[in-house]
Amino acid sequence: MTRATSSPQHLVDHALETSASPECVVIVQDETHANLRWANNTLTTNGVGHDVGVTVIAFRDGATASVSSTAASTERVTALVEAADAAVRRAQPAEDRNDLVSGDAAADWDDAPAATSIEVYGAFAKALGEEFERAEAEQRVLYGFVNHEIATTYLGSSTGLRRRHVQPTGHYACTGKTADLSTSAWVGGATRDFTDVDAHAMADTLTTRLGWATRRVDLPAGRYDTVLPPTCVADVMLDAYWGAGARVAHEGQSVYARRGGGTRIGERVGRPGTHLYSDPAYPGLECEPFVLASSSGNTSSVFDNGLPLARTEWVSDGILSSLIQTRHSATMTGQPVTPGIDNLVLEVDGASGSIGDLVADVDHGLLLTCMWYIREVDPQTMLLTGLTRDGVYLVEGGEITGAVNNFRWNESPVDLLRRYTAASATVPGLSREWGDDYFSRTAMPGLRVPDFNMSSVSQAL
Amino acid sequence: MASLSDHPDAWDRIDPTFTALPHRRLAEAALARARDFGVDHADFRFERVRYQYFTVRDGQLQGASDSEDLGFAVRVLHEGAWGFASGVVLSRDAAVVVAEQAVRVAQVAGRMTRRRVELAPEPVHDDVAWCSPYLVNPLEVPLEEKVDLFRDWTSRLLAADGVDHASGGLQAVQENKFYADETGTVTTQQRVRLEPHLEAFGADEASGRFDSMRTIAPPVGRGWEFVADGGYDFDAEVEQIPGLLREKLLAPSVEPGAYDLVIHPSNLFLTIHESIGHATELDRALGYEANYAGTSFATYDRLNSLVYGSPVMQVTGDRTVEHGLASIGYDDEGVQTQSWDIVRDGILVGYQLDRPMAHTYGAELNGGRSNGCAFADSPGHIPIQRMANVSLQPDPHGPDTDGLIDKVERGIYVVGDKSWSIDMQRFNFQFTGQRFYRIEDGKLAGMLRDVAYQGTTTDFWGSMEAVGGPQTYVLHGAFNCGKAQPGQVAAVSHGCPSALFRGVNVLNTSEEGGSLEPVDAPGDEAVTE
Repeated sequence: MTRATSSPQHLVDHALETSASPECVVIVQDETHANLRWANNTLTTNGVGHDVGVTVIAFRDGATASVSSTAASTERVTALVEAADAAVRRAQPAEDRNDLVSGDAAADWDDAPAATSIEVYGAFAKALGEEFERAEAEQRVLYGFVNHEIATTYLGSSTGLRRRHVQPTGHYACTGKTADLSTSAWVGGATRDFTDVDAHAMADTLTTRLGWATRRVDLPAGRYDTVLPPTCVADVMLDAYWGAGARVAHEGQSVYARRGGGTRIGERVGRPGTHLYSDPAYPGLECEPFVLASSSGNTSSVFDNGLPLARTEWVSDGILSSLIQTRHSATMTGQPVTPGIDNLVLEVDGASGSIGDLVADVDHGLLLTCMWYIREVDPQTMLLTGLTRDGVYLVEGGEITGAVNNFRWNESPVDLLRRYTAASATVPGLSREWGDDYFSRTAMPGLRVPDFNMSSVSQAL
Repeated sequence: MASLSDHPDAWDRIDPTFTALPHRRLAEAALARARDFGVDHADFRFERVRYQYFTVRDGQLQGASDSEDLGFAVRVLHEGAWGFASGVVLSRDAAVVVAEQAVRVAQVAGRMTRRRVELAPEPVHDDVAWCSPYLVNPLEVPLEEKVDLFRDWTSRLLAADGVDHASGGLQAVQENKFYADETGTVTTQQRVRLEPHLEAFGADEASGRFDSMRTIAPPVGRGWEFVADGGYDFDAEVEQIPGLLREKLLAPSVEPGAYDLVIHPSNLFLTIHESIGHATELDRALGYEANYAGTSFATYDRLNSLVYGSPVMQVTGDRTVEHGLASIGYDDEGVQTQSWDIVRDGILVGYQLDRPMAHTYGAELNGGRSNGCAFADSPGHIPIQRMANVSLQPDPHGPDTDGLIDKVERGIYVVGDKSWSIDMQRFNFQFTGQRFYRIEDGKLAGMLRDVAYQGTTTDFWGSMEAVGGPQTYVLHGAFNCGKAQPGQVAAVSHGCPSALFRGVNVLNTSEEGGSLEPVDAPGDEAVTE
């Protein structure tokens, strides 16, 4: 990778020294990435890259101005500082104005950024090439994508705060189809370094699942006893999380709004024993332990940069216990400050076993693989719509007995929290819909929902 | 206003702070280094994309940010495999290193590339410039001037009867691209675009329902004049939105079933985007997107035979229409942009192409050339086949929207977009909207709520009985079209007239949610509703 001409720490210090504003926050993110993409048993695109992003936030008399750019030199950072200084002089006081977070330098502040490269796929790439040969010979078609990136973030402020965080993010996914493209299966997951991703195992899983589809059964729309694997649970719980902004709820515009005013914090929204939480230290899903905010909005405040983050229960024992709060919205709502965190975990007390154990208890129902194109239909109930995808399997007498057509479904994740009847153990599960680009750090159980609403049949294969 | 595309003064319009950047020196160094390895093809792309975004709520600025994406990329075709690398250090040495990385990536990729990549030919475009047509660059207007306008609008909305809160905001973009390849094509381009929005929120105390009403103003490839100087009548919308919101909150819930629909362009554009735009991307039809957004029912073997819709359906693709969000002079593979037919008289006749696909399919589709649909959303991303402005053409002698409504005995008139979703082969879709009006005996008879229409693409377009005339045509669009892995976001326009569809399935969204019978845990107290 080409390195920046100045170190990230130097860029932070330079910005703070150059700033003419009374207060200033600087965020420098050094990021490297490498990816491979394939279709029809051959590689299609790929890429490696290096980016250095700098955000300068100037503060003056309660007003703020945020300016960001790719900036790998002190000259470029000087230009950003000047732009922020000029903008803040013209800005009006911000509604979320607050004291900046103070502190000192973290012990790892002087450490260099970490980096990745195309070599992270050394073993994987060789095995993938072999699997292309095998798939071609055995009349299957593979399509997929792997991505690995490492972002090292440096946060500095005029109050003396210096924080550093290294965030590795990786994920893999592969879709397999029979040669006639009539049957499809998918496998995917998250990883921090690709040492735990095996292209052969990935292809073997696809082969097994395509085999489940030897018997094809067409079913009509309706409500089905349905087992959602962790990836599907992650898909819908992320909507439940992203929609949990305290201000919007307090102002009466979300499923978490109390009729007549205020939020539903303290109300039961799920079955007892249900816990939805975020924890920056969750093993395998570690993420930034402090707030990073380049601009203010309903769920973020630039004044909160550097606030420490800790485990936060959003739903505790089935009770809505927290919503995503800035210090500003916490004042509005009279609730504790609970900023958003970059991972999400759902746990059910006493839940154990695997998806296979949930399936074994189903007499007549469906096992899903993953979901797609999930969008909110009605914020009143957080009704979502979406599709099943790449493998809907018929379960009869506790056994998978065939593959079923796809469906469009309409369901609310908040409603599902009270309607599920069984859960498996919580395990890492990558959201197919959101994991690639937005939120890959999720751990979920499988859930059995006895009356999942399959609204109509999709012809998609 | 005359188009500035390929106009001699395009050079004069391009931001001098971009042309002052060292892209030509870096291109020379990178392409020379790539040639050292004997690559089959090499191109160099240098971009600066400036974004400004702000939001206001209830008359107060909520947040604002200026950001910029500046960097370059080298893409090589080496022994039949792609190699792509990008960087942000703007020096000749760094350009050389990035070129070497691209070759190294191609070498790794070669082990997994089982079919050689080859490119359709394209004439050399020697140092040409293009600039999109606009009067006032929105990024050069002082932020406070823009914010004040939106603060005023949201204050006026908030002051209206029945409005509890009001939000608004603007995203403005200036995109500069420089491209050079080993054949001698060199292009320098600039375009601006903006997306304004306003939304009012309210609740009905009696029912406990809350809802919102949003402006139907389109995002456009225009300048600040669109917002502030009569390009769009925002004042009229600010006046109308509170009343529309109150009516929606009190409207009866729709009875599900089959209805005739008259759909306004502010809603129909999104149905076009999802069910035609993406479905006729040839990379999707060939499986390139199978692991992400999916494939397409409109497979290549159905070219010239697939009945996509009724005979009144005429759909074009283009990257040239004035003010189109996907319009540009040359694509990210150095191909001069074009326009072409995609659906003619209801039959599939065309696809969107890039140069690798045109090498194999271009002879039949476009005289052996790409039709200019390669695009990367940033210097750090590889170009992929991206959507043109895909538009449904009006009937030159067609009626106005009232004329279409007049043809309906029992139906619904749909205005504005809201929720959208379609399956991974572009068959099954479900859309909602901002507002729905009951149609009875050819007349509007008040609003309905809880409406979603659901259909299968070819059935839906097959049910299109009539399209409106040119007087109903609007160039609408979206800023947020997502595609590919790693994900890329693009802006695209879709023009269309109002149109009449017969017998479309309508759902009641409030009936879709919830279980048939609440399930409580054994021994659990009732869930608080």
